[in-house]
Amino acid sequence: MQLVRTEDQELLAKTAADFVAEHSPLSRVRTLRDARDPIGYSPDLWRQMAELGWVGIPFPEELGGAGMGLSELAVVMEELGRVLAPEPFLSSVLLGGGAVMLAGTDEQKKAWIPEVAGGRTQLTLAWQEPGSRHHLQRVATRAEKEGGGYRLVGEKIQVLDGTSADALVVTARVSGADDDPAGIGLFLVRRDAPGLVAERQWRVDSRACARLELRDVRVAEEDVLGEPGAALPVLEEVVDRATVGLCAEMLGGLSEAFDRTLAYLKVREQFGVPIGSFQALKHRAARMFVERELSRSAVMAAAAAMDQGNPEARKLVSLAKARCSDAFVLIGNEAIQMHGGIGMTDEHDIGFFLKRARAAEMTFGDAAAHRDRWARLSGY
Amino acid sequence: MSEAAASRDLPDLDTFREEIRRFLEAEAPPSLRGARGGELDGIWGGRKERWDDKPDRKRWLDVMAARGYTAPTWPREYGGAGLTPAHAKVLHQEMRRLELPPPLIGFGLTMIGPTLLQFGTEEQKRKHLPRIVRGEIRWCQGYSEPDAGSDLASLKTRAVREGDHFIVTGQKVWTSYGDQADWMFLLVRTNPEAKKQEGITFLLMDMDSPGVAVRPIKLISGSSPFCETYLDRVRVPVSNVVGRIDGGWTVAKALLGHERSMIADAFGTGGGRRARNEAETLAGFARRYLGEREGRLADPVLRDRLAQNEMDARVFELTLQRTRDAARAGQAPGPEASLFKLYGTELNQRRQELMVSIAGPAALGWEGPGFSEEELALTRNWLRSRGNTIEGGTSEIQLNIIAKRVLGLPD
Ligand SMILES: Cc1cc2nc3c(=O)[nH]c(=O)nc-3n(C[C@H](O)[C@H](O)[C@H](O)COP(=O)(O)OP(=O)(O)OC[C@H]3O[C@@H](n4cnc5c(N)ncnc54)[C@H](O)[C@@H]3O)c2cc1C
Repeated sequence: MQLVRTEDQELLAKTAADFVAEHSPLSRVRTLRDARDPIGYSPDLWRQMAELGWVGIPFPEELGGAGMGLSELAVVMEELGRVLAPEPFLSSVLLGGGAVMLAGTDEQKKAWIPEVAGGRTQLTLAWQEPGSRHHLQRVATRAEKEGGGYRLVGEKIQVLDGTSADALVVTARVSGADDDPAGIGLFLVRRDAPGLVAERQWRVDSRACARLELRDVRVAEEDVLGEPGAALPVLEEVVDRATVGLCAEMLGGLSEAFDRTLAYLKVREQFGVPIGSFQALKHRAARMFVERELSRSAVMAAAAAMDQGNPEARKLVSLAKARCSDAFVLIGNEAIQMHGGIGMTDEHDIGFFLKRARAAEMTFGDAAAHRDRWARLSGY
Repeated sequence: MSEAAASRDLPDLDTFREEIRRFLEAEAPPSLRGARGGELDGIWGGRKERWDDKPDRKRWLDVMAARGYTAPTWPREYGGAGLTPAHAKVLHQEMRRLELPPPLIGFGLTMIGPTLLQFGTEEQKRKHLPRIVRGEIRWCQGYSEPDAGSDLASLKTRAVREGDHFIVTGQKVWTSYGDQADWMFLLVRTNPEAKKQEGITFLLMDMDSPGVAVRPIKLISGSSPFCETYLDRVRVPVSNVVGRIDGGWTVAKALLGHERSMIADAFGTGGGRRARNEAETLAGFARRYLGEREGRLADPVLRDRLAQNEMDARVFELTLQRTRDAARAGQAPGPEASLFKLYGTELNQRRQELMVSIAGPAALGWEGPGFSEEELALTRNWLRSRGNTIEGGTSEIQLNIIAKRVLGLPD
């Protein structure tokens, strides 16, 4: 495993950084939030990102993708994470698209992936339920066999981009108790399916989410993904891949929050000197730097390991998620503290990082959850 | 006033308790019993207070203020009840027993009132204290400026004397509730030539004076409790100087001591909230989100953090109590207000973070649907708590004060 960017990756990072500088200032978060934008991102920018080939990065070339890996996607997501860009990489590319890639038949892949990779169709994954926290196997939504297809009944929450997705991959249980690892299936539900009610949810990080009600939603046979009842391993893999993408985004966010704070320490003066000259702040800035560097190593290793099918990959994903969660919340907190009063104002942008840090921390399990998983995967 | 002098015409504590019980039974509006919320969730009073939708709160304030019980230890001649701390404690215990909310809160009672008692002229005390007691005037604090936060003494707002008045020009910032307040206590520079601490004067200013403009600023938690305050040639009578002209720094520091104990007290009782029943305790909250296994919280990591938080809160309460007991026993208080402010605010932040961890994804709500009222409040309280280690002097400044003044470490 080489923990160094290739020349191509460097180039990709530069393109992404330039694009972000030109088109995607941090202020977009505020504009979209204050407009109470129903979909919460810019379809126009999304189209441009697709044209640049980013949306297709992890999909095979024969399906309209770029045939690259998570490592490349991570490079782009890190740059976008710097400005907390809300475009649906996580939901459509990694979660929805990932589920079709890993669980779908060739036909299903052919039907969906080229459209997803081109940014023309948007997918997402609806897995979380009230009280399920990060546990993927806690699924109370039921799927009853009906003819060749299924009938879904249940509730899903905080479905990322769930009001704008054209179709949702929904986890539902064909058998077993609510937290039985066996018995889970994946079902593609189209947005206009009768009985599907999607309601926009408003989160602290202002990312678009939806609460879904599935009231006897019918899923045709060709929209069942993989073998109903045996989906948990695939689901875990999909979420692991998405977690790597999320960690890259978090790395971008924590790096930017750190950079902005560092810049402030150099210009804000109190007692006749820049506040960055106080050792109490200096040392903490140095510690944040250490956290950022450790986070970067973990994210690079997790992406490379997933790309290479390394046997340690899952542990490295947990390593990255635990580290990035703690580091992002720490830096988000410190950023506000070191900005003083102005850091507490909504008018200043620095608070957006802490809000996103919390939401990202709580997505796919927080640091404690991933330390627990590390221990389990390590056999203790 | 010494305790003995104050207690001369007070009944002994048992008799007093009986009296208070009878009084509260008769006068406390039944609708408010059991209504004791967070220490800060109260009535701030002032000219802008809206009473229409809370007549009982108004009645409660009036009956308490009539006896001086909104400021129980203040002398009677200034509207207080002249109680000894021991009698005041009985009053609070009896209010707590009925779970009654404080009739009045605010910077008048906790900050400027005690400061005026110590430094105010007779005229200032007679004018301002009774109106604070009755909740007629709400106060705000004009200390911070854009370039003078931690380094408060570098403040630039100018006051130039013209006969019987000061003409005040400058800008204050982060003025909590500036838009709701009737009066402001503020620090101004009266002598730009002197060493920075020695050219500052402490003033009382009517917010209705011509030249005062207030702009609310939203916090990251979404509410708008603080403001920018612009002062453009505002005329303030010289008789509104507290302490000496150019001697305001001493007054300012004393008030900061009161402010820091107020903040510490607010967090000294379980993050500002006292549970009324099991479900309202932190453990009850955790049980709802995490469930139990064999009578223990199902998540051992969060259980450990919860126990740690409760134990930290308990030892903090004990330390607050130890200081109060020492004060009652006539021992002079040390510089521990800095310790309290530091520890109390960080404790509250840890508590809020713990609650977020316990609620997990349910703690991410900003507005409905899909989040309960309690969950939405949780998100915003957590965000608001980030300001606790900034307001009233940052944690870094508290640590500097402890290191220098308490520990005698060199600069
Ligand atoms: C919610 C809230 C309510 C407030 N209400 C009021 C109010 O009603 N009235 C009022 O006057 N003010 C109020 N304030 C202002 C508050 O007192 C100041 O924000 C605070 O004193 C810090 O000043 P500053 O914001 O200028 O930050 P700065 O002083 O610029 O501090 C920035 C950072 O540098 C650090 N720092 C500064 N000096 C040192 C040092 N020597 N050593 C180590 N670190 C240092 C600080 O700790 C902080 O982390 C409020 C603030 C908040 C957040």
